[in-house]
Amino acid sequence: MSPRTSATSVHERLWGWAFGRSERAAWMERPSLPLTGMKILVIGLVSISIIVPMLIVVSTSFASEEQLREAGGYVLFPTDPTLEAYRTIFASPLVFRALGVSVFVTVVGTVLALAVTICMAYALSRPVIGGRFMLMAIIVTMFFSPGLIPMYLMIKQLHLLNTVWSLILPGLFAAFNFIVMRSFFMGIPRELLESARIDGASDISILVRIVLPLSKAVIAVIGLFYAVGFWNSFFTAMLYISDQTLWPIQLILRSYVIQGTSLTADSLGVSQAPPPQSIKMAVVVVALAPIVLVYPFLQKYFSKGVITGAIKG
Amino acid sequence: MSTERDPAPPGPGGPAPGGPAPAGARDAARQAAAAPGRGTARDTGAAGGTGAAGASAALPRRPRAGLRTRLRRDWQMLLLMVPGALCLLLFFYVPILGNVIAFQDYQPYLTIWEAPFVGLQNFTDLVDDDRFGLALRNTLVLAGLQLLLFFPLPILLALIVDSMMTPRLRRAFQSIVYLPHFLSWVLVIALFHQVLGGAGFINQMIVRFGGEAIGFMTNPDTFPLLVVLEVAWKDAGWGMIIFLAALAAIDPALYESAAADGAGRFRRIWHITLPGMRPVIVLLLILNLGSILTVGFEQFILQRDAVGADAAEVLDTYAYYTGVIGGSWSMGAAAGLAKGVVGTVLILAANKIAHLLGEDGIYRGRPS
Repeated sequence: MSPRTSATSVHERLWGWAFGRSERAAWMERPSLPLTGMKILVIGLVSISIIVPMLIVVSTSFASEEQLREAGGYVLFPTDPTLEAYRTIFASPLVFRALGVSVFVTVVGTVLALAVTICMAYALSRPVIGGRFMLMAIIVTMFFSPGLIPMYLMIKQLHLLNTVWSLILPGLFAAFNFIVMRSFFMGIPRELLESARIDGASDISILVRIVLPLSKAVIAVIGLFYAVGFWNSFFTAMLYISDQTLWPIQLILRSYVIQGTSLTADSLGVSQAPPPQSIKMAVVVVALAPIVLVYPFLQKYFSKGVITGAIKG
Repeated sequence: MSTERDPAPPGPGGPAPGGPAPAGARDAARQAAAAPGRGTARDTGAAGGTGAAGASAALPRRPRAGLRTRLRRDWQMLLLMVPGALCLLLFFYVPILGNVIAFQDYQPYLTIWEAPFVGLQNFTDLVDDDRFGLALRNTLVLAGLQLLLFFPLPILLALIVDSMMTPRLRRAFQSIVYLPHFLSWVLVIALFHQVLGGAGFINQMIVRFGGEAIGFMTNPDTFPLLVVLEVAWKDAGWGMIIFLAALAAIDPALYESAAADGAGRFRRIWHITLPGMRPVIVLLLILNLGSILTVGFEQFILQRDAVGADAAEVLDTYAYYTGVIGGSWSMGAAAGLAKGVVGTVLILAANKIAHLLGEDGIYRGRPS
């Protein structure tokens, strides 16, 4: 089959068989083999570099003691999966409490942050008295940061040191999320709001009855952004929380996986422990899992352009 | 979304567009005082729902309502601003004022009101401190290296993804490369430890095949490269998003006519794709230059123990260790303040330069 008579070359057809047909306009050249090969190589390497570490960690957390000893520390596929490591860390007050703190901070923080951001975005989505001033006051926060020492002193002044609220309150309002939300609210057809107003609805009831039901998508994505931020918050915890019983999971992760403090049966508060390697990996997985689980939902909205539209500003 | 491209943010009552909007747009907005913008909707409503018909048509400019009327009209909206305003006040503006301790000799047992002022003493102390110089140098080197090595990566990835991929493959690849952006730095470093660490996966392989373990994560000399690698792993994919959006906005007809004129693949990239992406590239360059003093905080705090302070001390970690750990609160605050001010000046300067070069820069298309 000569290329003259066939519109597609062999590797292109193979490609189409594997990944679906590409959309190639009539004027485009046929993909050249070396170029395509290089692209595949890059994409393959990038994907592998992201997937394999996570795979190793997950597999090792399920690995049995014998397999670990044979493999010398890491396994790619557990031959004899066991939940022993997870049973241990969930039985350990240390990790369990940290999970509790992280979940509390994430749930309460996200709900409060959404409430604060929605209110502000709605109030500034229409011209109100003082609105311009407020908007400028918010935008300034994107270009400057007060610095960590004054923040620390402020938290101390408010007597929030060593409380979970020190992890929640400073993160309740993010200018970027506000801007995304506000530009969405501004896109809601004016006629809807007007007609509600003519029917005698107040600003707040317009928000509750009309704006919110129309904004489920943007609320979901901003909520997920906040949630991911709260779950991942590490530095604030390191700064504001010295009491180990209030540590969130990220601090446990740092202490035991990065700094290499050993997780003995004693520190875990259990009588006997499975191999430390799989326990470490189980801690990593526990910190990783929520993000990976909500990720598909986050991803669903990328395509809708909620984020990109706002990034472009 | 008709206002998306409108450079003038809607102001209170009437249009009083933002400072940085270009003069032309400002005038235009003023002329169209009561044009069918959002302002009219509100005003009509506030007047007691008298003129629904008038709201959609252009009205002649209406005298501005008095302060009292507007307060009565907007009180619910003002109420809604309160929680956010409180957050800003407590966790941004008051701490900013707290920076006065950079000019004081602050001690934890004193209040800010009692601490004696020492003028610029803390800043001269900083200049004399070798560790500050080290932190500054490390910061600049790391930021420069990131700009050089990391900055082009998302652009390259975006070009590859945009040029070849079938929809199915593109979606799958995007799902994979966006993911690391959402992992915390602790998690990223932990994963790197498992792969590159002294007892990590790769070293296990090396040892098994008779080699000697390599200290990828503990060698201060290669630390800058490790840092760039970590940043690339975490954010190269995510950084691609904005370039993909820019690529999608390029008119396909341009490519087609270029191809008809005989431009090959690479000439099309050079003459159409790259110019099309230029505003976005410039924008991100400016943002990067502005944050050149902020190279990422957690990343260095987390690895400082492993590679030593000489390699991993940056301005932020310096402020932390000097202030919170070392107890020299005022010096730490001075370091933070100096960094913040220089960063802001840098971003404004870079933006100005972009304007002089005829680019949009940060504000002019922004914020919606």
